[in-house]
Amino acid sequence: MSAPPAPALLVPEAPQKAESIFHRNLATFAANRLAMASAVVVVLFVLMAVLAPFVAPHDPNETDLFRRMQPPAWLPGGEWSYALGCDALGRDILSRIIYGARISIFIGTAVILVATSIGILAGLASGYLRGWVDVVISRIVDILLGFPYLIFAIGLMAMMGPGLWNIILALAYKEWVIPCRVVRGETLVTRELEYVEAARALGASHWHIMLREILPNILSPVIVVSTIRMAHVIILEASLSFLGLGVQPPTASWGSMVADGRAFILEAWWVSTFPGLAILLLVLAINVASQGLRDAFDPRFQE
Amino acid sequence: MSLGKLLERILQLLPVLLGVSLIVFAMMALTPGDPVQIMIGDQSVTPEQEAALRRDLGLDRPIHERFFLFVTDAVRGDFGESFYHRRPVADVIAERLPATIELSLVALIVALATAIPLGVLAAIRKNSVLDRLATVGSLLGVSLPGFWFGILLMMLFAVHLQILPVSGRIGYSSEIVPITGFLLVDTLLRGNLSAFWDALSHIILPAITLGLPMTAILMRVTRTSMLEVLRQDYVTFAEAKGLSRRRVLFRHALKNALIPTVSVAAIETGSLLGGNMIVETVFGWPGLGRLVVESIFLRNYPLVQAAVLFYAVTYVLLNFAADLLYTALNPRVKL
Repeated sequence: MSAPPAPALLVPEAPQKAESIFHRNLATFAANRLAMASAVVVVLFVLMAVLAPFVAPHDPNETDLFRRMQPPAWLPGGEWSYALGCDALGRDILSRIIYGARISIFIGTAVILVATSIGILAGLASGYLRGWVDVVISRIVDILLGFPYLIFAIGLMAMMGPGLWNIILALAYKEWVIPCRVVRGETLVTRELEYVEAARALGASHWHIMLREILPNILSPVIVVSTIRMAHVIILEASLSFLGLGVQPPTASWGSMVADGRAFILEAWWVSTFPGLAILLLVLAINVASQGLRDAFDPRFQE
Repeated sequence: MSLGKLLERILQLLPVLLGVSLIVFAMMALTPGDPVQIMIGDQSVTPEQEAALRRDLGLDRPIHERFFLFVTDAVRGDFGESFYHRRPVADVIAERLPATIELSLVALIVALATAIPLGVLAAIRKNSVLDRLATVGSLLGVSLPGFWFGILLMMLFAVHLQILPVSGRIGYSSEIVPITGFLLVDTLLRGNLSAFWDALSHIILPAITLGLPMTAILMRVTRTSMLEVLRQDYVTFAEAKGLSRRRVLFRHALKNALIPTVSVAAIETGSLLGGNMIVETVFGWPGLGRLVVESIFLRNYPLVQAAVLFYAVTYVLLNFAADLLYTALNPRVKL
């Protein structure tokens, strides 16, 4: 089930560096061209988000009513300094997409980080300590699994009001269940392995065993699941923004940009189309890259 | 499944339902602002009237009593009055429900009708161009944001090609007196074929949009399980016996290959509920989902609360039904 344990505790470091499983998996991943290309796309999106003030050609919130619904550059009436055209307030769509990447990537990352951290701790405690801890955590997980994700996210946002932290809360409250289940399952297997028993015999504390012995060996499937879920969270955030329950205007977010353009699909198709394309591209790239990661790092998918 | 196991399953539902109602109740508590102040609005009231209103709503009681009241009222179908409609919330929800159910059912049919043939074909012609296209398609299907896909469809078929209507449920000229509330059924019952086509043309785009992620998932599942089944000994045996390829595929393989598809379809039906709110908003579909989204912005909190609870309970029950179906279809699964 899980990766073979690293001989960290008892066997001294081999003199010549043997090829580690991690490096072999990394090489497998790098050989998968489609997955690598997707990973590059994801990295470019992240760079674009981080460097937004430097790469965006215009201020994303600068309105110019003379450029109201100006078409993209290659259409009559367009110009290259506003490559993807302008929205109903004359704001540069490309710049807003670049800034919008910040919201999508920040919220996606924050939700996954919070959820994975909680999931790892709860999963380790559940799988390693067993007993009443396991019973309590597993029951909570079962109950949360029965909750409708998007519906409660919409309900929570409706009630708490918009805001960055509220979005993260509305998505993370359930998201942690998924890494938790993965970690618990892997921990149940790993805790029975000899090297963990050896650590226990040497008098290591529960904390040490969970975080230093078990966690490093079960991290691969957790990372794979987290990347897959990241794509999902980004779509959920965009959906909330589309409904007007996400980050509030004038801050650019991809979902709300699509919503803004909805009223103008007759005369200005580009207002909705390009931000949606950005969502699709990022989510698709994350999905393909994470499938590549899974194939390379999850032993269950290795030939 | 024995009766005892079934009872055990039903008992396991209770904490989930309780948790769901607790969260929905807590949503109300999280609401910024005082519900009494929202109800009063600009009207001038005396402090006594305000206190009376507060007492009528039960807001002067301790929080655990209010939760108990909320649950018992909900069980009786009493969700209070919609601020906006000035009518019981339950009535408003019931009125919008048929449109949402109709859309969800058509989406489910669209998804099954596309996913199963495509999944089977992809499995039979493994690694063919069609298989690769299906793989790319299903990856796109799970990566496309539904609200954007809906708008694209609308731009292509309604604005550009003008072969389908932009939004709504039926054209003004075709409106009929409802019988069941399901327009596709009602138009046929009234024998009004042109109205039926009108209703059908209105539902196509929203149904495709709503069903897309499900189609993508079901196609993958069908393909994988069909490949799995085709490797089984009994299929090889049937082929060795000299049965025609068609007979082997449809009489022997498909029947078993569809078990996972049906199970997953049942589970995914719950996810259609969340998609409803988005798709109904995009296409101006007059169902419950759009009502919820509108009510959020009208600060019509009793309606939002009741609708979210209704959706959540439906979701839990759908998953429960899916679970039972899965157990019934898979004799190997032990409870």
